[in-house]
Amino acid sequence: MIEIVSAGRCIGCDVCVAVCPTNVFDPAPGGGPPVIARQTDCQTCFMCEAYCPVDALFVAPHACPLPTSSPLLDEEYLAASGLLGSYRNEIGWGRGRTPGARTAVGPPLPPAHITTAVGRSADPLIPEGATGA
Amino acid sequence: MTHTPLRHPTRSRQAAAAALSADVVVVGGGPAATWAALSAAESGADVVLADKGYCGTSGPTASGGTGVWYVEPRPAAREAAMASREGLGGYLADRRWMVRVLDQTYENMHRLGTEGRYPFPVVDGAQVRTGVQGPEYMRRMRAWIKRRGVRVLDHSPVLELLVDATGAVGGVAGYRRQQRRPYRVHAGAAVVATGGCAFGSGALGTNVDTGDGALMAAEVGAALSGMEFSNAYGIAPAFTSVTKSAYYNFASFFHPDGTPLEGAGSQRGRSVIARALLRGAVYCQLDQADAATQAAMRRGQPNFFLTFHRLGINPFTDRFPVTLLLEGTVRGTGGIRVVDGDCATGVPGLYAAGDAATRELICGGFTGGGSHNSAWAMSSGTWAGRAAARHALGMRGTAGHPRLRPAGEAGLRPTGPATAGVDDRMVREVLAAYVHPYDRNYLRHGDRLAPALAALDEAWTALRAGLGGGSGDDPDPVPARQAAAMVAHARWMYTSALARSESRGMHKREDHPDTDPGQWHRLVVGGLDEVHVDTDPVRPALATAS
Repeated sequence: MIEIVSAGRCIGCDVCVAVCPTNVFDPAPGGGPPVIARQTDCQTCFMCEAYCPVDALFVAPHACPLPTSSPLLDEEYLAASGLLGSYRNEIGWGRGRTPGARTAVGPPLPPAHITTAVGRSADPLIPEGATGA
Repeated sequence: MTHTPLRHPTRSRQAAAAALSADVVVVGGGPAATWAALSAAESGADVVLADKGYCGTSGPTASGGTGVWYVEPRPAAREAAMASREGLGGYLADRRWMVRVLDQTYENMHRLGTEGRYPFPVVDGAQVRTGVQGPEYMRRMRAWIKRRGVRVLDHSPVLELLVDATGAVGGVAGYRRQQRRPYRVHAGAAVVATGGCAFGSGALGTNVDTGDGALMAAEVGAALSGMEFSNAYGIAPAFTSVTKSAYYNFASFFHPDGTPLEGAGSQRGRSVIARALLRGAVYCQLDQADAATQAAMRRGQPNFFLTFHRLGINPFTDRFPVTLLLEGTVRGTGGIRVVDGDCATGVPGLYAAGDAATRELICGGFTGGGSHNSAWAMSSGTWAGRAAARHALGMRGTAGHPRLRPAGEAGLRPTGPATAGVDDRMVREVLAAYVHPYDRNYLRHGDRLAPALAALDEAWTALRAGLGGGSGDDPDPVPARQAAAMVAHARWMYTSALARSESRGMHKREDHPDTDPGQWHRLVVGGLDEVHVDTDPVRPALATAS
């Protein structure tokens, strides 16, 4: 769910207010960064992050609000670890980037693998043949 | 159908309603809606597109991305493409529709790359047009339709259709959430492209997909088809939203103690995962992808990896818990029945497209996966938009404005006073108890379906009497209306599922495990307070004016 609107980064363009498909944000009444007005309406689709021109938003991957102890609520940690703005970067949105669509060629999809009882490790901490190659 | 007098809150909303006029109003904002708007505009119509969210980010395509059923027009390739899923779909698809969809999709994908400026990847000098990245695709579609003069209303969910004295559709009424104001669009024709219904399960991008269009269409007399094939569930890392299933083809699945979950798999073994989830956790590892495959996967679907990156999981080497989230008629095939090649619904002035319309015509009783769905969305949208434009342009110059009556009932205009405890929260609890559970909807048995349908009927009776409009200081009428639409959808779904006393396509009955050759037909369902189901031939006469 949406967790952070960075007051330090936000330029007040309100594009997130416009593009959020579930209308989670409200413009701030007195100007300034938009308000996360309806967090539980967030569907964790990451679209606001893709549109934010200054990587001021962070959507945690969890479908429920994070506990206050989570490191994913720490903006400095997110910036240092490269998570802030990582989706926009991955899809190549933003000036000077190549649209990710240009290179989005996935692998050929084989028929779905069916898990068998044979030859598998019983210990989840020791993933045998880690790449399966 | 009874019509109760408008109660005070509704009347005051309508008094303040801003009204627009157009030839065609398109309801929805995903791929089917944008292609419909484009083709209607190109046919000379003045078009308004009204989306519940933001056209460009709304719905599962924008946030997810999708493969596309794009097949070169070589006879052998087309034949193989059509034959590949006929058996899976229980032989309920119709090749005449497959041919049309393959042709239209081929043309549209070419146009998307040229006029729509979509940046397809280029491999060996040729564009790869077998898939689209969601945010880019829908951003380009929005720009394209605006360039063609389509007026886009964002955050403006349509609540109901407007009909004239003859029952023909003459517009829509809705609510502008960011202005907190009702609005109307008067139009000669409407295209319903509101998506499917995922019942608020939280599957990626589907929160807007609450089946509103099906309810609106049913209220003016349209029927639905294939609603028993509505039990698609997508795999997601537990506690997340990202139901992108393709890469789980490379997965093995495990019990919590680390032993393999024998028989589990993304495609044929998904029910094994569902059964195990009823008992406890299921773990997953993408251990079947080699290094080159892994790199291609990261390029192909960056948002698949976004979740793992943020959770600190390497899905190739770590085992992580997974869940299955209901995708209902978003990925399942059921939807509004179309009566001809123009995607008309049989109600004058009303057309249906995309997930809101039945996809049985090309998929039969089994979900086509993203690629068939996206092909259906762009093809049906193109036809519905063109036909709606033709219908509306034929009505231009008709003297005077018809008197229009709003057709919405359940969740908008209750028959009695508001009832305490009858609200969208109550509905979500009913859906969580009777529609989401794997042992109700996925692993089907008449002994579990019948009580679930009874509970939904009871919820319908309660909401019909006492649910409607906003509550307290929140005037937003949308949550109540969505709640009614989801209950209606679930009742059509289970009525059809009980009527089909066999296993066919994705509809698997534990009490009827075999396919019954005597049930080689489609099921048409309709009605609101009284739901009725009937049979429909698989190859009806196919008329089209386009």
